[in-house]
Amino acid sequence: MSKVIFEGTEEQREKLLSCIQAHRGEPGALMPVLHEAQNIYGYLPSEVQTAIAEGLDVPLAEVYGVATFYSQFSLAPKGKHAISVCLGTACYVKGSDKVLEAIEKELGISCGECTPDKKFSIDSCRCVGACGLAPVMIIDGEVYGKLSAGDVAGILDKYIKG
Amino acid sequence: MTCEELKKIAAERADIINVRRIVREQAERLAENTGYRKQVLVCGGTGCTSSRSLKVIEQLEQSFKELGIDDVLIVKTGCFGLCALGPIMIVYPEGAFYSQMTPEHAKTVAERHLVKGGEIVKELLYADTVHKDGSVIPFAEIPFYKHQMRIALRNCGVIAAESIEEAIAAGDYTALSKVLGEMSPDEVIAEIKASGLRGRGGAGFPTGLKWQFTKDAQGDKKYVCCNADEGDPGAFMDRSILEGDPHTVLEAMTIAGYAVGAQEGFIYVRAEYPIAVERLNIAIAQARKLGLLGDNILGSGFSFDIQVRLGAGAFVCGEETALMASIEGKRGEPRPRPPFSAQCGIFKKPTVLNNVETWASISPIILNGAKWFSSIGTEKSAGTKVFALGGKIHNVGLVEVPMGTPLKTIVYDIGGGLPDGKRFKAAQTGGPSGGCIPATHLSVGMDFDNLTAIGSMMGSGGLIVMDEDTCMVDIAKFYLEFTADESCGKCAPCRIGTKRLLDILKKITEGKGEPEDLDKITELAEHMKSSSLCALGQSAPNPILSTMKHFGDEYIKHVYAKKCPAGVCKSLLNYYINPDKCRGCTLCKRNCPANAISGAVKSAHSIDLAKCIKCGQCIEHCKFNAIEKK
Repeated sequence: MSKVIFEGTEEQREKLLSCIQAHRGEPGALMPVLHEAQNIYGYLPSEVQTAIAEGLDVPLAEVYGVATFYSQFSLAPKGKHAISVCLGTACYVKGSDKVLEAIEKELGISCGECTPDKKFSIDSCRCVGACGLAPVMIIDGEVYGKLSAGDVAGILDKYIKG
Repeated sequence: MTCEELKKIAAERADIINVRRIVREQAERLAENTGYRKQVLVCGGTGCTSSRSLKVIEQLEQSFKELGIDDVLIVKTGCFGLCALGPIMIVYPEGAFYSQMTPEHAKTVAERHLVKGGEIVKELLYADTVHKDGSVIPFAEIPFYKHQMRIALRNCGVIAAESIEEAIAAGDYTALSKVLGEMSPDEVIAEIKASGLRGRGGAGFPTGLKWQFTKDAQGDKKYVCCNADEGDPGAFMDRSILEGDPHTVLEAMTIAGYAVGAQEGFIYVRAEYPIAVERLNIAIAQARKLGLLGDNILGSGFSFDIQVRLGAGAFVCGEETALMASIEGKRGEPRPRPPFSAQCGIFKKPTVLNNVETWASISPIILNGAKWFSSIGTEKSAGTKVFALGGKIHNVGLVEVPMGTPLKTIVYDIGGGLPDGKRFKAAQTGGPSGGCIPATHLSVGMDFDNLTAIGSMMGSGGLIVMDEDTCMVDIAKFYLEFTADESCGKCAPCRIGTKRLLDILKKITEGKGEPEDLDKITELAEHMKSSSLCALGQSAPNPILSTMKHFGDEYIKHVYAKKCPAGVCKSLLNYYINPDKCRGCTLCKRNCPANAISGAVKSAHSIDLAKCIKCGQCIEHCKFNAIEKK
């Protein structure tokens, strides 16, 4: 589990509880609640999983089991700017592995990690469906397409300064 | 709402839609009846919004305000299919096809074309739509579209994706009204069976039979489910349908609900598709509001409703039993079959599950009849198939062609061939479960059975084109990395088998391969195929087996000669400077991170192989193509 100290606000807690309340008793509620919880907190720390287990009356082991099964659920927090490089086939054939390498080199961290100042995190993702723009990466929801390794520094610079 | 009210909505807007569908002269006349002098369609699919098409719409709105244009309709549609040229914008009634639009271009088009008396801005059109003599070709007549037959994609890029009124005007819900008004559940199933429609998700199981089994199953409750967990990397037809014509899926699921006796439906969609999820939710809310979902649909007494459930990034959830476990809120692990989902599906109730593209084919079959559908395509694979063209090809995008269309028609006539004059090496179909088709099979007719016969498979329809620079061993390794990562771990053959196969491939690409490794691969692959629990493990060896079958010499060169003929596998390559091409500019020397390059100014440089880390920086910086990988 993440070593980052959990800092949830009262407002986030209220949102989570009302979401649990809305889905309580509904069959198959766990997945939608985990999705909403991750939207609220950005990740799923053990405190949040415990609250969901208690609220939905399912064992914590089951919540943990489901949360760790799916790659979209994260038990560790993301950086302020979340970078995601598509490694789907179309992007891979067009060299997205080299783009990823360039980002790792530029930020000094590996894929799946967060920079020590929590400013950037890098992930790889499966096809986002923008194959016409291959290779692509996504930073905070903004898609950058038709990349080459040489473009990386210039794009990251915007976020480093910003 | 009643059937009459439905017809009224359709009639009110029919001409607006028809302007986009018929040839230019008639469209111009029709446009006069609609109250809109022109219509501007801008693609709002994932491909084009990723290249900022929404900014183009904003700019158009602003320009219209400034120029006082109030009789031109702006329509945000789903995907047009030609994603490589995004953002795409089409102006009707001319059918003028503007590609790679920027807000500045949009401003220019508004000022010069969309104002009264304006003319098409030829220099911003997609070059293929301008004839040599300067005349403009309507986009439907260019090679990319001319060879296509759009059934599942019929409304994508034609209607406003977030308007139920436009969807109705384009024909959505007409089939539902026919089914509820005139057909019995058995007649519906008989029609689907007779059409010969087979599931488009990969396995190709006859859809009508699936419905029959679910109808015949005993259960107090039944479910209809849509598989929109499009996990094959490089396949995006399901997403485009959900983004461009979500109502056709809702309509078809309702029809199936009526046919099998279900009142609830689930759509399981990838969370990686935010636009599709949003449009689905909008569409469901609209359909409920008009009474096309909910109680007593179209006054028939039949009730049906649909919920959206989000996936969370697990490839295995495209497998039906895993998908259903995920809807139940569990880990998405498959289970052995039987019992099949037609008897024991979601929450252990009989469930009919089809994929998005299959659902999109239902209402045309109901409206035009089984005979019409089965007359398209080949004898055992009726209808059309959508392929997502990607990789080393000019026209990256979505194409829909009759089953049995030769691969070369798709690659060369529609796809425009390979860029940079490269040679076609192979096309990969079926994603991580499929295989590759070598150049010798370019004339193969693309249908379920032909592809299986040559060791590939249809899969969901991803079609990745590879050129001579692609190493087939590396591609097999890429797919194995994917399946090893996505294996859910429940059964040993898949969990351990994918890992071991990957280890062997890594060994080979690192130049440590031994002759017996090739035999080990074959043996392991056979065991995985016969003993894995679900299709993921059973088909995971396919990419290796088919590349070994068609490109066996590449494996042999990797193992025996320790060479990568395509120049991809780093460990098997060395970098050399061709002294005839090197001008001694020192750029490579200055950029080499390992100080491996030496040479005086203006004389040929050389690389010290002992120091070289094969990073490729020298190639990127050399302006004279003097550096070679051998």
